[in-house]
Amino acid sequence: MEKRYLTCIGCPMGCALTVNLSGQEVVSVEGNTCKKGKIYGEQEVISPVRTVTTTVAVEGGKLPAVSVKTRADIPKEKIFDCVRALKGIRISAPVRMGQTILFNVAETGVDIIATKTVDAR
Amino acid sequence: MENYEIVVIGGGPAGLAAAISAKKSGMRKVLILERDRELGGILNQCIHNGFGLHTFKEELTGPEYAERFIRMAQEAEVEYRLNTMVMDISGDKKITALNKEEGLLEIQAEAVILAMGCRERSRGALNIPGYRPAGIFSAGTAQRLVNMEGYLPGREVVILGSGDIGLIMARRMTLEGANVKVVAELMPYSGGLKRNIVQCLDDFGIPLKLSHTVVDIKGKERVEGVTLAQVDEKGKPIPGTEEEYRCDTLLLSVGLIPENELSREMGVKLNPVTSGPQVSESLETSVDGVFACGNVLHVHDLVDFVSEEAEAAGRHAAEYIKAKREDRREPEAGSAQEQIPLETGEGVRYTVPSFVRPEYMEDSLKVRFRVGKVYRNCYVNVRFDEEQVIHKKRLYAAPGEMEELTLKKEQLAEFPQLKKITISMEEA
Repeated sequence: MEKRYLTCIGCPMGCALTVNLSGQEVVSVEGNTCKKGKIYGEQEVISPVRTVTTTVAVEGGKLPAVSVKTRADIPKEKIFDCVRALKGIRISAPVRMGQTILFNVAETGVDIIATKTVDAR
Repeated sequence: MENYEIVVIGGGPAGLAAAISAKKSGMRKVLILERDRELGGILNQCIHNGFGLHTFKEELTGPEYAERFIRMAQEAEVEYRLNTMVMDISGDKKITALNKEEGLLEIQAEAVILAMGCRERSRGALNIPGYRPAGIFSAGTAQRLVNMEGYLPGREVVILGSGDIGLIMARRMTLEGANVKVVAELMPYSGGLKRNIVQCLDDFGIPLKLSHTVVDIKGKERVEGVTLAQVDEKGKPIPGTEEEYRCDTLLLSVGLIPENELSREMGVKLNPVTSGPQVSESLETSVDGVFACGNVLHVHDLVDFVSEEAEAAGRHAAEYIKAKREDRREPEAGSAQEQIPLETGEGVRYTVPSFVRPEYMEDSLKVRFRVGKVYRNCYVNVRFDEEQVIHKKRLYAAPGEMEELTLKKEQLAEFPQLKKITISMEEA
């Protein structure tokens, strides 16, 4: 059986996980102290995912940029595609926290949303 | 002269939570003075996620966490002034501040809550040799430039220090198209959270060199490169281990220092280990009616714990005012015997609070502390005088991760002659 050693990123605890694999199947996860750790361990060895956070330029706002994030996790290998897709986007103020900035970023099925309110100037 | 019940210095996460809590504890006039253009403090530039797991039971970005607290403050009718710099606080809690619209402001407070946060340790504090070219930034300055002002400070980057801000910026600069070549850490362990090493360095193949430091900075007008060297167990560079890195930017993530100029000038006693005020169980400083919370008190790793601590400070400040009005507060006489010091034993660098007055203690008291080195399988011990009252197993403890324990009032009541409480670490 193959063993993979990971650090859980589910919370700041950073539990040391051991994932036991048989081929492409996860047999068990050890070392986690909560449910999140098991889910992370199982996901990470098969298809790792991440939340991406970055900024988008704002026009006519009190601030020059607004912080944004993927509404849900996206595949790790799509991180750079996601950031690239946001390059050059300009959004007009006002921007509300939670507002959708871009639908289906980089064909991930996940939207980009604002994480801050920026009022118009 | 304006009058407020409570004036909170700083509108970051600590100031917001303290002000909201003071309002909820029955105060009518609570004012936050903030020097920046908006409330939220450092959270505004921390656009990454991972905030709020304790407070909101979900993972938020810094701006989202801030906005929730700003809304709560507005709902609670906390007053605030932005772009307002506090210049001085007198011992009788008269505050002198400045802003463009009103000029000089004088405000009399019944209680003051210090929530000024902290500041980054700078290059000057590190004694790195070399010229002083452009391209050397503290990691937090770079974070503000990238995330709030829309500038990329450089393209070829070396980072010194593996604190969380350094790690977060390694990822951030990479996403913005910079090439982050290496993160060097003087200590044999990282000062940042493990999850950040995984998702900020490992995800992008950025090497972390432990027990390494910068021994030279090349370039006269602009940084052209840095020299890293391995260090021995005393932190001294080992000759022959030097490695050259070509880069145009050096980011420093080498520690945070509580910002206590105002506190010092008003005569607040500081703890030399934390550089923050010495406080009682009520988070009250050595100056009567002046409280402290958040990173101005001691540097935290998680904002959730800042909010929790600040909530307590707001509650205690409100209680102080109520007690004073009802004339319940004991005069200073005899208080010396009533202060039970919290002492640091083996492996513990500091504790917050510094002392406990049992008569002011709530049913339970959270004590926060930091350890001096990495422990695996260890015990946290608490002794009341010579008697051990807590012996708690911990799987892991490290300087980069704040520890906490709870003291119960009923436990203290069993020791009426208690002289001191000692907290220490023990290897299993």
